[in-house]
Amino acid sequence: MTSTPIIDARNISKAYGSGTGRFEALRDVSLRVDQGESVAIVGKSGSGKSTLMHIIALLDVPDTGTVFFAGQDALSLPAKQISEVRNKEFGFVFQQFFLTPGASVLDNVTLPLKIAGVSSKLRKERGLAVLKQFELADKASNRATDLSGGQKQRVVISRAVVNKPSVIFADEPTGNLDSATGKVVEDTLFDLNQDLGITLVIVTHDEDLAARCDRQVFVHDGVIVSESRKPEHAA
Amino acid sequence: MKATDLIGSAVRNTFRSKLRTTLTVLALFIGAFTLTLTTAAGAGVTDYVTKQVASLGTDDVFIISRTAPTSTDGPVPYDPATSSASSGAEGTSLPGAGGSDPLTDADLAELAGIDGILSVDPVQGIAIDFIELDGGPQYEFSINPTSSITQADLLAGKQLTQDSSTNEIVIPSNYVESLGFADVEDAVGSTVQLGLTDLLGEHHTVDAVVVGVSQDSLLAAGAGANPALVAEAADLQSARIDTGPARYPLAVAYFDPSQSVAGIDALQAEISDAGFSAQTVQDQLGVIKTVIDGIVGVLNAFAIVALIAAAFGIVNTLLMSVQERTREIGLMKAMGMRGGKVFSLFSLEAAFIGFLGSAIGVITAVAIGTALNSILSAGPLSALPGLEILLFEPSAIIGVITLIMAIAFVSGTLPASRAARKNPIDSLRYE
Repeated sequence: MTSTPIIDARNISKAYGSGTGRFEALRDVSLRVDQGESVAIVGKSGSGKSTLMHIIALLDVPDTGTVFFAGQDALSLPAKQISEVRNKEFGFVFQQFFLTPGASVLDNVTLPLKIAGVSSKLRKERGLAVLKQFELADKASNRATDLSGGQKQRVVISRAVVNKPSVIFADEPTGNLDSATGKVVEDTLFDLNQDLGITLVIVTHDEDLAARCDRQVFVHDGVIVSESRKPEHAA
Repeated sequence: MKATDLIGSAVRNTFRSKLRTTLTVLALFIGAFTLTLTTAAGAGVTDYVTKQVASLGTDDVFIISRTAPTSTDGPVPYDPATSSASSGAEGTSLPGAGGSDPLTDADLAELAGIDGILSVDPVQGIAIDFIELDGGPQYEFSINPTSSITQADLLAGKQLTQDSSTNEIVIPSNYVESLGFADVEDAVGSTVQLGLTDLLGEHHTVDAVVVGVSQDSLLAAGAGANPALVAEAADLQSARIDTGPARYPLAVAYFDPSQSVAGIDALQAEISDAGFSAQTVQDQLGVIKTVIDGIVGVLNAFAIVALIAAAFGIVNTLLMSVQERTREIGLMKAMGMRGGKVFSLFSLEAAFIGFLGSAIGVITAVAIGTALNSILSAGPLSALPGLEILLFEPSAIIGVITLIMAIAFVSGTLPASRAARKNPIDSLRYE
């Protein structure tokens, strides 16, 4: 592949604490993610996989190393622009949903647009369009807390795509769901990857989910121990 | 995030924890309610006193009397050139002016010679026996000696004309019905007769046109008469007999009101040096105002203490709110919301709580105060006509709301900055 990778993290190290309590979450890790790719970051809890995702998603800053986003050194950008990249280019899906209780489904979905300063009329239009796409249009005015687990995660995915991002970061997207609803959510994510070309970075310890991605990166004790590709892409 | 969205979100967040918001608002409500009432009471009493004192004189005059002898120096030696006999019985309605020596014509000439004094008029006391309307019942009547220079608190009609040659009179409102007028408007323009007795015991009557009806006043008792009427009455009263050197309890000195405060002060000092006491209306007002301001200040201090307690309530409420919404803040930050906007969101929430508390407090205070006003004026305070004990001034109300919103906003800055500093990763991990 000759095109510029959308995310290119080089020689990342990150440690927490100090002295004897010092814990090295990542040690000299490098990871490239190409445009339109789906990558699974696989590892046990405490392996450093979440820390790696936070760093490449520009939510956290590494102690050493550089992160390029679309060819640009993201860590040298002013905080305002980093926030803007996260707002415009990234979508986030979390295991615990992080829906605002009491607020309507539509309000939850359009939160990134609200932060971006989009007018309320456009927000509503775009929000309803996305909810329709995920078959949640009839739930738009329901309170987010009144939905089932699968519906909640689809609301979260709606929120992640409402700003038409180029990358979606998903942290254990099916961790809180039973296998049937988990399957539906997985399908939804891979459809987005295939149909819209949205780059997918999934953090998981679920081998089956990881296997559906183009590429799997195995993290253990803060280092990438191995990488593998789906057979049809390996050739 | 747009400003309107920020405000909208802040308002909505306020109502998310209803009980907590209600309790915080209640604390502010008490402060706002108290502050509005105390301020209104201060304004009401000040307004009343200002009107009352204005009935003692206009603002381009000094009211001049002899400086009262100071007792610490012992008895003052008699000097035929400067001393004047003190009757001690000279009635005066002016506070602080009683008990001093009368003024003589020589004193008036000396005062008129001071640079900056435009003219000096003695205040002549005239004794009126009765007032009647076209042969109707006669009533005892008195004329306020300083009335020619006063601004009456009028219910109807107009003020006295100083240089008019017609005899003009302003009667207190309680004479209106007794004299046989239908109402205050009816009294204005009609002619009444004043009866007086001269030095030789003969009775005379003088006609006077009623130009105005004044509110019953606490400080300036009696009716008002213009110089023409006073001169004619005094002339009749003396029966054209020379009663010896004229003695006046008070004199009125006119000065140019457009000059600076320092100029007026200098003039006042010069008059004091000459051995007289000169008081402007502002001076007379000043003493009373200082007392009122002191009382209102103490009352306001109580309200401020209530507000300070409420401010800690806001800090507490919002800190809990920030704690509860840690994940939400983390999520918003992850989605690209800047710390500054998070700060604004929580500060606005605090300001809105302040607005709720103050607005409800002020509205309740005005509603209860207005009802209280009519009850008080009809009942316990009916002896003080024209006194509206609680005067709600729009500027004071806006001031109270602004003050409380400012206090709330300042209280909100601690929790808001804590929210703004939250790291999105730590916030999202927070359980």
